[in-house]
Amino acid sequence: MISDDGSSEHPTHMGIGSVDQVRASGGAAGQVSLAITVNGIRHMLLLDPRSTLLDMLREHLDLTGTKKGCDHGQCGACTVLIDGRGVLSCLTLAVTKDGASIITIEGLAKDGVLHPLQQAFVDHDAFQCGYCTPGQICSAVGLIAEGRAKTADEIRELMSGNICRCGAYPNIVAAIQQVMEQA
Amino acid sequence: MINFQYSRASSVAEALRLVTNNPSARFIAGGTNLVDLMKADVERPPALIDISRLPLNKVEESPEGRLRIGALVCNSDLAYHPLVERRYPVLSSALLAGASQQLRNMASVGGNLLQRTRCAYFYDVATPCNKREAGSGCSALEGLNRVSAILGTSDHCIAVHPSDMCVALAVLEAKIQAIGPRGERAIAFADFHRLPEDNPERDNNLEADELVTGIELPRRGFETHYTYLKIRDRLSYAFALVSVAVGLELKDGKIREARFALGGVAHKPWRNLHAEAALSGQPANEGTFARAADLVLREAKGFTHNTFKIDLARRAIIRALSQAAYGTPQLQSNKKIA
Repeated sequence: MISDDGSSEHPTHMGIGSVDQVRASGGAAGQVSLAITVNGIRHMLLLDPRSTLLDMLREHLDLTGTKKGCDHGQCGACTVLIDGRGVLSCLTLAVTKDGASIITIEGLAKDGVLHPLQQAFVDHDAFQCGYCTPGQICSAVGLIAEGRAKTADEIRELMSGNICRCGAYPNIVAAIQQVMEQA
Repeated sequence: MINFQYSRASSVAEALRLVTNNPSARFIAGGTNLVDLMKADVERPPALIDISRLPLNKVEESPEGRLRIGALVCNSDLAYHPLVERRYPVLSSALLAGASQQLRNMASVGGNLLQRTRCAYFYDVATPCNKREAGSGCSALEGLNRVSAILGTSDHCIAVHPSDMCVALAVLEAKIQAIGPRGERAIAFADFHRLPEDNPERDNNLEADELVTGIELPRRGFETHYTYLKIRDRLSYAFALVSVAVGLELKDGKIREARFALGGVAHKPWRNLHAEAALSGQPANEGTFARAADLVLREAKGFTHNTFKIDLARRAIIRALSQAAYGTPQLQSNKKIA
């Protein structure tokens, strides 16, 4: 691969210790290299530095489960998990997560068995159009891992960054409560 | 978004060197405000210096009992930190009243301080805005100004600072720690953010080549008599129309010391030391609180759509002072206003 400053790089030469390469290739019109683990699979990428984590997942890794809603951090459809916590991939520049490990909706089911929250969303009919659902489920996984919510009020408050225009909120809360009771 | 040069600082010294070499560069940590503004072409930095991996992510108690909070501690970690929950509950409450859990997980404490004071016209590059482009005019003065400021406004800008955390830090009289090529300095919280005056393009008094390294909280945290009351259009995940942070010290039903600050009403968190002093020595009752509210709002000025905020602020001040006095702080999950 030839970057705009004329230097030559090959994806196989890039790794986690790639800060110097990031700098070397980070010219104004250049691309940046990063190594990122998504759902347990390590990827080495050359990206425009403007690429958000969301666009990286959808356009470069074909992981289209993570949705682009508002693209401004207001709807939560793009929520993914980093270090077990929900973050907004639309407001995250991919290059800033060089070396990180990301879990997306595609990484939650194991061996063909749905994650308990995915199953609970099915059991409680916690969606209609489904567009917000991957973000809702990722936020709910983070919420349960963080352990801050016990009551329905607390679930609603900590899930307030995920908008559902179909209005499935009561069923979403019920689905989360089902999994919290199992835990 | 225009393209930018990306570099990642591995030390504070390197971050300062990078910004000295390129004063138009911007530091990026959580990016929740900066990336959004870059997408809207409001912020157009030619270079970003990634400071997210600097070792500024600790919360530590000093031997004198002060709390030092690293600039890169994320908002949710600070809100749930046991020392903050126990000793500075007004800060924990204010943090949890702000944004959403995802944003709190991303946003750094330093970034919360430095988020732009803004309004819808600041975001809309098709309209004049003195904050975005000095001298172009203020569209909010004669435009849609329902959420605009009522205190400390100028003819050049009526935007409000949106932070909840900063309203609590104003009450706690935090100090901002910064480092730059001229060395380290501590900035009193009241002197950190600016009023718009003739230069609304500047939100605060930090220089472009300075880096916020942390926040220091004095020992006193008002752990018994406090509240953070936030009034907004939705029950969650909305900016304040008016918010009030309170810290009181009471003795025998009388107020020994009172501090309170307002959010959502000015270009910076708003305190009025005369109104606070007037509470001192007075019985903790609604009449006292109403007099203090009137002192704050004597200088308030509404615009076409936001005069309702003056009465809303008056009621919110009285309610918040009552909540603090009775030891019944506003909960951030159950939204019923007690």
